[in-house]
Amino acid sequence: MQANSFFSSLLSDLGARWFLGCLLALVVLVPVLNGLVAQDSAFYVPTYAVGLMGKYLCFALLALSLDLVWGYCGILSLGHGAFFALGGYAFGMHLMREIGERGVYGHPVLPDFMVFLNWETLPWYWWGFDSFIFSILMVLLIPGLLALVFGWFAFRSRVTGVYLSIITQALTYALMLAFFLNELGFGGNNGLTDFKDVLEIDLQSDATRRGLFIISGLALAGGFILCSWLLKTHYGKVLLAVRDAESRSRFLGYRPENYKLFAFTVAAMLAGLAGALYVPQVGIINPGEFSPLNSIEIVIWVAVGGRGTLHGAALGAIVVNLAKTWFTGVLPELWLFVLGGMFVAVTVLLPKGIVGIRFYQTKPLLHRSKTSQQPSGSELGL
Amino acid sequence: MNQPILVHGEKIFNESILYMDGVTVTFDGFRALNNLSILLEPGELRAIIGPNGAGKTTMMDVITGKVRPDTGDVFYHNQSINLALLDESEIAQLGIGRKFQKPTVFEKQSVADNLYLALKANRGTWAALSFKPSRTQQELVEQVLQRIRLIDRQNDSAGSLSHGQKQWLEIGMLLVQDAQLLLVDEPAAGMTDAETEQTAELLQEISGSKSVMVVEHDMEFVKALDCKVSVLHEGSVLAEGTHSEVQSNATVIEVYLGR
Amino acid sequence: MLQKLTQKKFSVVESAVKALGDSGDQRARPLLETMLANELFQQKSDKQLVKAVGSRNDHTLYDIFSGEELAKGVSSRQLNRIRVNNKIRSTLRNALARLALSDPDPQVRSEAATNLRNDQAEEILPLLQQALADEKEESVREVLRLSLATLQTKHPDPEIRRQSITLLSGSLDPNVRNLLTELLQKDPSGNWNEPESDIREKIQATLKQIQFWEDIYGGVETLFFGVSLGSVLLLAAIGLAVTFGVMGVINMAHGEMIMLGAYTTYIIQQTLPNLIEYSLLISIPAAFLVAGTVGIILERTVIRLLYGRPLETLLATFGVSLFLQQAVRSIFGPLNQNVVTPSWMQGILEINPLLAITYNRLTIILFVPFVLLTLFVLLKRSHFGLEMRAVTQNRQMASAMGIRTDRVDALTFGLGSGIAGIAGVALSQLTNVGPNLGQSYIIDSFMVVVFGGVGNLWGTVFGAMSLGLANKLLEPFAGAVAAKIIVLVLIILFLQKRPRGMFALRGRFVES
Repeated sequence: MQANSFFSSLLSDLGARWFLGCLLALVVLVPVLNGLVAQDSAFYVPTYAVGLMGKYLCFALLALSLDLVWGYCGILSLGHGAFFALGGYAFGMHLMREIGERGVYGHPVLPDFMVFLNWETLPWYWWGFDSFIFSILMVLLIPGLLALVFGWFAFRSRVTGVYLSIITQALTYALMLAFFLNELGFGGNNGLTDFKDVLEIDLQSDATRRGLFIISGLALAGGFILCSWLLKTHYGKVLLAVRDAESRSRFLGYRPENYKLFAFTVAAMLAGLAGALYVPQVGIINPGEFSPLNSIEIVIWVAVGGRGTLHGAALGAIVVNLAKTWFTGVLPELWLFVLGGMFVAVTVLLPKGIVGIRFYQTKPLLHRSKTSQQPSGSELGL
Repeated sequence: MNQPILVHGEKIFNESILYMDGVTVTFDGFRALNNLSILLEPGELRAIIGPNGAGKTTMMDVITGKVRPDTGDVFYHNQSINLALLDESEIAQLGIGRKFQKPTVFEKQSVADNLYLALKANRGTWAALSFKPSRTQQELVEQVLQRIRLIDRQNDSAGSLSHGQKQWLEIGMLLVQDAQLLLVDEPAAGMTDAETEQTAELLQEISGSKSVMVVEHDMEFVKALDCKVSVLHEGSVLAEGTHSEVQSNATVIEVYLGR
Repeated sequence: MLQKLTQKKFSVVESAVKALGDSGDQRARPLLETMLANELFQQKSDKQLVKAVGSRNDHTLYDIFSGEELAKGVSSRQLNRIRVNNKIRSTLRNALARLALSDPDPQVRSEAATNLRNDQAEEILPLLQQALADEKEESVREVLRLSLATLQTKHPDPEIRRQSITLLSGSLDPNVRNLLTELLQKDPSGNWNEPESDIREKIQATLKQIQFWEDIYGGVETLFFGVSLGSVLLLAAIGLAVTFGVMGVINMAHGEMIMLGAYTTYIIQQTLPNLIEYSLLISIPAAFLVAGTVGIILERTVIRLLYGRPLETLLATFGVSLFLQQAVRSIFGPLNQNVVTPSWMQGILEINPLLAITYNRLTIILFVPFVLLTLFVLLKRSHFGLEMRAVTQNRQMASAMGIRTDRVDALTFGLGSGIAGIAGVALSQLTNVGPNLGQSYIIDSFMVVVFGGVGNLWGTVFGAMSLGLANKLLEPFAGAVAAKIIVLVLIILFLQKRPRGMFALRGRFVES
């Protein structure tokens, strides 16, 4: 009854309807066009493209999770990539254990890099990662726990705004430095790679690629529905109240820190899930994923797509990454110029992102319009 | 002059909803509140007046936990609870509601949602996830919407309201919050004369079952409230009494007009 | 006299060698060295003394004093070897040492004194005592004293050994430490190297004292490294303290301003290769202008549009930082550029054997107060500083009084960026100058400013020094990377406790 009314209200939203519709079409069509259509057909989708799109879907889920904290709690996390990377590492650890004796050194238990470092036994924090279920739990729990602890400290002491942004950046920076250390036992510089299979299914096969693509699409849809539901509840209303007037909400008796903490933790878990789905599709996870630049790139996906709209964030991730793939392939020199330009253009000219251009112009403005700068309809800011 | 400040023990009251005892607050050497003592009886309506910088808003900040006093205590409910030790949300949950000088409502949410946000309910995160307003709560919100004359605008965003309407909305939020002690900062600002009168009536009506403290500049409005008046000056109470008593007090006249 | 060396009688030879040693004539050294090496011969034909190397029928002859080759393939029949026995050998060594100790060059004298430490004790002792009595140069006297004491530790007379330990107790030379440690050990047959137990105790105490000084100077060195790192952080952060602390603008491109300063130094050195010694002095104003101009352009074109929206400013300036990085990469290439250190900044200042300081770090430590003082005077004493403070405190009021606030904003931002440029000049002497130079400093700079407390220059100084010292104090225990991580985590925890930093402004002003 309650769920029905939620779905009907969700589908009454134009953006959500389009988003879920397109996602569904993608999840059905792409695997069909890859698996059932002849390779010489014009409609054939090559496997590398399936992998690429699967990657984009993971990024979209990541962007969605960031939008939950940035767009709806007002927390600009510059360390969101850390949760993604932690999820990725957690699943990567499982994939490492799945390699078993097929490593270069052929050790039955230890991953190659541990043999190389002359380690005798598996460190305790690797225990349990041979189990798929345990690893999936860790994919959610480790980022969630970090977010819970970090957020509990940060929100309770009322660190807000740019201060919070800067310390989230410091957090991911510190994690990056830590994961570069060989002694930490996560493969140091090289990270975790050379994965063979998952649940005894070969990771390299076309069918696996299609399967991962479908799972990523479903995870994105699931994340989207979860976030939409959260925001529709009374909790969601309080969250917006906290975002817009934190101290006012305190005088009504709310504890903004708890509300933010919940959203922050949920977002971290979604980011971890995105990371876990990303790793088997690209075949590697290394400390570079923790770099502050990665985290800030996620922010630009959300900003380009449209902060404060879930489908906008996801769309932004896909659009920016399409552009990145194209540019780094054709004009690698220019990519950073374009990315830098995007940061400036979006913040100055398009504060509501691309979904703000058409869909929301007629509705009452959801963002403060202090600068009174209307979206110009043009993305080319430079 | 005989100072009508309530020093601990000088005068014994049976009941107090709020008792500020020797509260001092300094900002960078400036004494915003200077050994301020004030007592509010349950069900009392009290007007606070005073020139700019007298410490009226700081006093409200101290009661609601926004500012912590350097010295002194703030007792709630017959000295059973010391508010000076609690934070904003704990104080709000004890049933102390506040309307700000500058109306602060949740501008991007609808008028009705603003009231639902203020509705007396469990403020916990988990409770909020499964919260559904009951039949009686919906009726209460509707009733209040009627009363603050915003029933037609209930689905509009609060940001689109006029200044006066926002004032009303904030008062409405206090009503649904079911606060025991209402702190109302300049409710008449931005209202028409008729609205001002209605506000005064409303506040009078609320008091009795609840305690109300009103900070106001508009002397006409204070007169209309027809209640005990405290005059704040340089962070402490200068005079206390009825509207006419205070108006004829020589020191008060000097503070307002003299120098 | 030289003919005496050819005498058959060893006693005559010995006295001749002694006399040569006492003569102080440095020309005798090659002769005695040759003799000691058993390479001194007399040519039968002309009775000339020569140095001969070779065997049997194939000797090569050299002039003793010039080292010039005289003849080849000379048979041993044509030569008379100047024979030496053990006694003469020891006399030779003694004479050589004596000559070296009277060399006019103090460097040679102290080297000689050092070398003598490893010799047999008794015979050299009087020699060293004599040299010490004659020596005027204090640094050489020090070495002599040390050598004397070192030799005395092996003296058979326990009383002299006792004295020697007392003499050694003030020394910080690592050799002394090794020597004393060795004396405390047993030889392979199980006998103590130092038989007297009371002397061993004395050595023990002396070693403790040395350890104490090592700890002290180790601490001083750590302190120096900490202050040095703190100064670098401070330089990188001062500009940020102006833009972020005073204006409240988050400039993520701040690191790139530092980078521009470093590249300016590089360009100056490339265009003025003859003025390398002065290149840094030229670069300071140049870098200030370059980075300051870029800063003003940035403020006018981007930041101006985003005042009051700190998070958007953060993103936009981050975009600018990517832009500048790529621009520099496109122009100069992705590799690090070679910036030369002027000779006056090279080298090491050796304070004692345990403590040495590099001149480039010392220069930067001294440079930082200069920058701070200039900035301080500018802010407190100049008209622009007054306007700037007025605008920060009350923008409307300042504007109403006729201050052109937009101009002040631009200039303030330019000032902050310009200082970052100056920091770049200094950093070009310490780290690699490449497109990523700025990135590595931006997080640290923000940490410094936030930790110290925004809007307070002294807070920034405090923040930088604490971070620098904390990093260097932790490094010996945790390693460089882990120290950095620990410091970051500590700051994050600290900010939970005091979100506004160490010396935060209080009052209503801060509320927003």
